[in-house]
Amino acid sequence: MSLLEIEKLTVSIGRTPILKGVDLSIEEGEVLGLVGESGSGKSMTALTVMRLLPHAMRAAGRVTFDGIDILAAPEAAMNRLRGDDIGMVFQEPMTALNPVKTIGEQVAEGIRWHTGASRAEAEETARKILDRVGLPAQKFPLSRFPHELSGGQRQRVVIAIACALKPKLLIADEPTTALDVVLQAQILDLLRDLVDERRMGLLLISHDLAVVADMADRITVMRHGEVMETGETGRTLTEQAHPYTRQLARASTHVPARAGPPAPETGKTPLLEVASVVKDYAGRRASLFARPAPFRAVDDVSFALGEGQSVALVGRSGCGKSTLARMILALDRPTGGAIRLDGIEVNALAEAALKPSRRKMQVVFQDPYGSFDPRHKVERLVAEPLHLMEKQPSAAERRDMVAAALAEVGLAPKDMDKYPHEFSGGQRQRISIARAIITRPKLVVADEPVSALDVSIRAQILDLFADLNGRLGVAYLFITHDLTVARAITDQVMVMHDGRIVERGRTAEVLDNPQSDAAKALVEAAPDLSRALARRLAGRE
Amino acid sequence: MIAFLAKRIGIGAITLIVASIVVFAVLEILPGDPALLMLGMNATPEALAAMREQMGLNEPVPVRYLGWIAGLLAGDFGRSFTYSSPVIDLILERVVVSLPLALIALTLSTAIAIPVGIFSAARRGRAGDTVSMGVAQLGVAVPNFWFALLLVYVFAVWLRLLPAGGFPGWGAGVWPGLKALILPAVALALPQAAILARVTRSAMLEVLGEDYIRTARAKGMPRRYVLWRHALRNAMIPVLTIMGLQFSFLLAGTIIIENVFYLPGLGRLVFQAITQRDLIVVEGVVMLLVASVVVVNLIVDILYAVVDPRLRIRA
Repeated sequence: MSLLEIEKLTVSIGRTPILKGVDLSIEEGEVLGLVGESGSGKSMTALTVMRLLPHAMRAAGRVTFDGIDILAAPEAAMNRLRGDDIGMVFQEPMTALNPVKTIGEQVAEGIRWHTGASRAEAEETARKILDRVGLPAQKFPLSRFPHELSGGQRQRVVIAIACALKPKLLIADEPTTALDVVLQAQILDLLRDLVDERRMGLLLISHDLAVVADMADRITVMRHGEVMETGETGRTLTEQAHPYTRQLARASTHVPARAGPPAPETGKTPLLEVASVVKDYAGRRASLFARPAPFRAVDDVSFALGEGQSVALVGRSGCGKSTLARMILALDRPTGGAIRLDGIEVNALAEAALKPSRRKMQVVFQDPYGSFDPRHKVERLVAEPLHLMEKQPSAAERRDMVAAALAEVGLAPKDMDKYPHEFSGGQRQRISIARAIITRPKLVVADEPVSALDVSIRAQILDLFADLNGRLGVAYLFITHDLTVARAITDQVMVMHDGRIVERGRTAEVLDNPQSDAAKALVEAAPDLSRALARRLAGRE
Repeated sequence: MIAFLAKRIGIGAITLIVASIVVFAVLEILPGDPALLMLGMNATPEALAAMREQMGLNEPVPVRYLGWIAGLLAGDFGRSFTYSSPVIDLILERVVVSLPLALIALTLSTAIAIPVGIFSAARRGRAGDTVSMGVAQLGVAVPNFWFALLLVYVFAVWLRLLPAGGFPGWGAGVWPGLKALILPAVALALPQAAILARVTRSAMLEVLGEDYIRTARAKGMPRRYVLWRHALRNAMIPVLTIMGLQFSFLLAGTIIIENVFYLPGLGRLVFQAITQRDLIVVEGVVMLLVASVVVVNLIVDILYAVVDPRLRIRA
């Protein structure tokens, strides 16, 4: 009998079905990859196993874990299972821990509850598991609070909570999606080691085929609440027998067709010139009297970007890339150095004098949900940057301009009278791109513009970026930790580490043959579908 | 933590100084001559001049301000014209009524509101929630003097358990004094509890939707445990804010209830002083209230830091 067996599981809210007859099983010591796009029901399947579905949802069918009928078990029995035999790790480590309790309390709490251990005993066990997940006692005493830890460290705490009592099954719902690639590789290694060490079953939920190809023995593909295909990972992903599996695999390795990079025009002033830019932040005060040492977020960065060029700025989280982007967008002033747009030194200008320069540069953010006011219609959202125009357009002109911008990004002009919540994530990102191009900027800074999107949507948005680059000649600065994005859409890449640019060059060259340690670490850690499959197939022979 | 405290105390001190300047300036600008008021309309100009001299009204404004502050610091709040006794004595006489009243009312309202708010949040949308929030809505809407009259009718007139009004003074013993404060405290506490229960409920609901609540549940902690041990402390920040505001109100905003129950409290003192233009008393009471608000805010700030470790560093 399998460790976990799900048969004909249906979940619904009222009359709306969420899951429609899902079948799935996991053996002891097996890693099952559950893949699918957002809304496919992956997380709902996981929450059903934990019996932690949102209030209004009803589950039917059969879920058997270790011989226990989960859907029929009383709440008290579920409390005994959760955190003891079944552990769960969530996507967002920044919010998964209680901010007012120490990490020690949060790990020890479950241990005490399940084993009846004394506080001291539970803390000893908590200490051991925190050591095991890579949070040693000297740097991470039990008395630390979550806010004193980084995202990757917090995810380790969540894993420690889930694995403290050696569960038979661990459910990990997008455990690395919020982390940069190097942290992702470390967390995945940790999970794999725990599986091998304890013969634990692992249900690994991910939208990233490359991650799953690397980790999972078997894979289950879901779409719209249904299982499309289940099978051994290497075979399923190489044969791609099911059309949807094929579609997913293609989308995740999609490279937009682009005209070659524009010939570098020598002698002309570059569009954007960053010269020895430095940014210091006030450091944390160590004592009441000593002046805190400043923290240097950006350290002597210089580069130039020509018209129509597409450049990636890659690096791990916290390397200073977003700070640099904020300064380029004149949202923040450098401590030293100069930033020139079309020869004009933007960092020296007052806000009013900045208007013409602001018109030439626009921004696309990562999260299309967070960057819109939900009470404004699309027309108003897209027209926002128009206040930067020298001559304010009339209402009719404004509507025409919005309609043209929407058409440019593949939306219908009539969409301008809708509200943001009426659009899907991909459409919302199109709206934010329409907002960015409405002033006909020469430079668009895009901060992780596709990392919140599903693979197929992401492929479409990348196509859109490529298309606008070709048609409108917009230059891009892509800020990303995702090397596949850099590879797909940029000519040049700059690798940033600890505030400095440590390597730069043509994208393909840098990514195929990295020289600096920072670039090597990024390339090595980046999940890659074809490499993972090659490894898997080689291992089988 | 020490830097945090020092900063908070510094802010409180500045607030007090600014408030004292404002209070002094406002009373300075107000029409009406205190000496004239004291002596009556028929006073001779000579007597008036002598009175002014005696009261120090001829000194320049900054000198009088500093003199006033020095007096306050030494516990000398001046003399009331209408009662012809030191203001500090008048205030102390009233504080021994108002402070216990406010404390009892706040304790009562907290003891009612927090469990009700938690209960409602835990049963969101179900009958228990609907009923308790309906009652709370009523509590917010109905004025406290109406409750007070109702309470007097039931407990004093009908059941004859408690006095209908008046205050025997603490000299008569603790129990008679407390007995006199029970009904007014309940009348004050109920509307406050209604507000606080709604605040607690919405704060709890927000917290219960957080990811870390799901993490705690995934650990196997039972629902009730998660509610009390994980959610409540995170929901305390808005609750503490409202409690701080309510305490400040209860200390002197209780004039109507004091009138209903014939209680010699601070509210009545300040009301009478205003109607009789006894400005020295008004000044003294207002400064006392400002000081109490500053102290309460300081306590609330410290409690914030106790509740939420993230607030401890960013002082």
